[in-house]
Amino acid sequence: MENTRYELNKGLAKMLKGGVIMDVTSASQAKIAQEAGACAVMALERIPADIRAAGGVSRMSDPKLIKEIQEAVSIPVMAKCRIGHFVEAQVLEALEIDYIDESEVLSPADDIYHIDKTKFKVPFVCGARDLGEALRRIKEGASMIRTKGEPGTGDVVQAVRHMRKINSQIRKVSSLSKDELFEEAKVLGVSFELLSYVHKNKQLPVVNFAAGGIATPSDAALMMQLGAQGVFVGSGIFKSKNPKKRAEAIVQAVTNYTDAKLIAKLSYDLGEAMVGINEDEIKLIMEERGI
Amino acid sequence: MKIGVLAVQGAFIEHKNIIEKLGVKCVEIRQKKDFKDIDGLILPGGESTVQGKLLHKLDMFNLLKKEIENGLPTLATCAGLILLADKIENQKNNHLATLPVKVKRNAYGRQLGSFITKADVGHLNNFPQVFIRAPYITDVYSNVSVLSKVDEKIVAVKYKNQIGLSFHPEMTDDYRIHQKLLEMAG
Repeated sequence: MENTRYELNKGLAKMLKGGVIMDVTSASQAKIAQEAGACAVMALERIPADIRAAGGVSRMSDPKLIKEIQEAVSIPVMAKCRIGHFVEAQVLEALEIDYIDESEVLSPADDIYHIDKTKFKVPFVCGARDLGEALRRIKEGASMIRTKGEPGTGDVVQAVRHMRKINSQIRKVSSLSKDELFEEAKVLGVSFELLSYVHKNKQLPVVNFAAGGIATPSDAALMMQLGAQGVFVGSGIFKSKNPKKRAEAIVQAVTNYTDAKLIAKLSYDLGEAMVGINEDEIKLIMEERGI
Repeated sequence: MKIGVLAVQGAFIEHKNIIEKLGVKCVEIRQKKDFKDIDGLILPGGESTVQGKLLHKLDMFNLLKKEIENGLPTLATCAGLILLADKIENQKNNHLATLPVKVKRNAYGRQLGSFITKADVGHLNNFPQVFIRAPYITDVYSNVSVLSKVDEKIVAVKYKNQIGLSFHPEMTDDYRIHQKLLEMAG
């Protein structure tokens, strides 16, 4: 991938900052999401909670669905491909998707290698649980990172853990001396150049969003206060009783994430949130896919 | 002097960093109460549908419109340009409508159509222009002056106190357009 293209792709992620990216499974849901203030939508056949419930192999969405969603909205449209499935990614690029999520939510197609994302013009976002995973995905060409969290659970604990870990590792790396950086690059299994960037700039070289288990305005604001630059909301919206109202509330909570009075008002009478599954009740751990 | 940058969604930090590098105070405007003693305003890139909606939800729409109409120096980039435009192609609703131009959203297509080029912007020679899912201007009215064209399409205009750009000067290290805003505000 030429350098200019990578800059443009990192740039699109910057435009999404302070926003909410919502999972949608139909053109009508996409319109509701756009109307509620989503800064992008993720086109999916099934939201993570249903993927979890259905079991079996989950794959890239049908291009027909993706096209319908692209035609329904004017905001960027993202779609997921399986980890390592570079042909699904080629298909999504052919569909002119705005962002590909090489995602652990789908069944991995390759248990060793991720996609060489530098070969694509279209941008990629990837999940990460720690700084090592984040920098490895960036080295492979990802132009945006999100926490993995544990998708489809409505439980924010893993996203919190991943965001805290990444940021605490960034703080640690920032405080190292140069000779210690060589060793740290080896320990984390990451490129020295990318680690040096983190050391110097005290942040990732790309935008970092929170994802996985975010279900309420307070969850979203929590992730923002922990340092996320925006949030993905998957099952949390369309698995709740009043998707439009909840989506609007989450959008405003992300903009004003430190204003507790406003968040209180936004949380008022939202109807039932998605039911949720606790960490120790989960059978399928998606975050362990692709490290 | 104090510049305010609309910070409801999008790439506002990049603008703030530049204004601060130029030695001027810059505040993030997330709510009505943040909008105090501002000498200049920046409407950043992001998603115009989100920003437009939040202006209403957070009750800032009328205040912003009035201030811009009353002459507050304003620099708008990409989504910001769409917020200012009087007319938007294929769309009934406009937003602040203080800038008498017609814009076309996502005029270069999806992300694969994004590009970087260089062109003169008014008196500023060879300005780096970063276009990301960008709009361009298809028509101008009253006394709008065209500052820049790329492939015959209008990508920068000035009208009284407002500068509207299709591209992102905040994604480059060329601060001349931001300096222009500070001159207008000073």
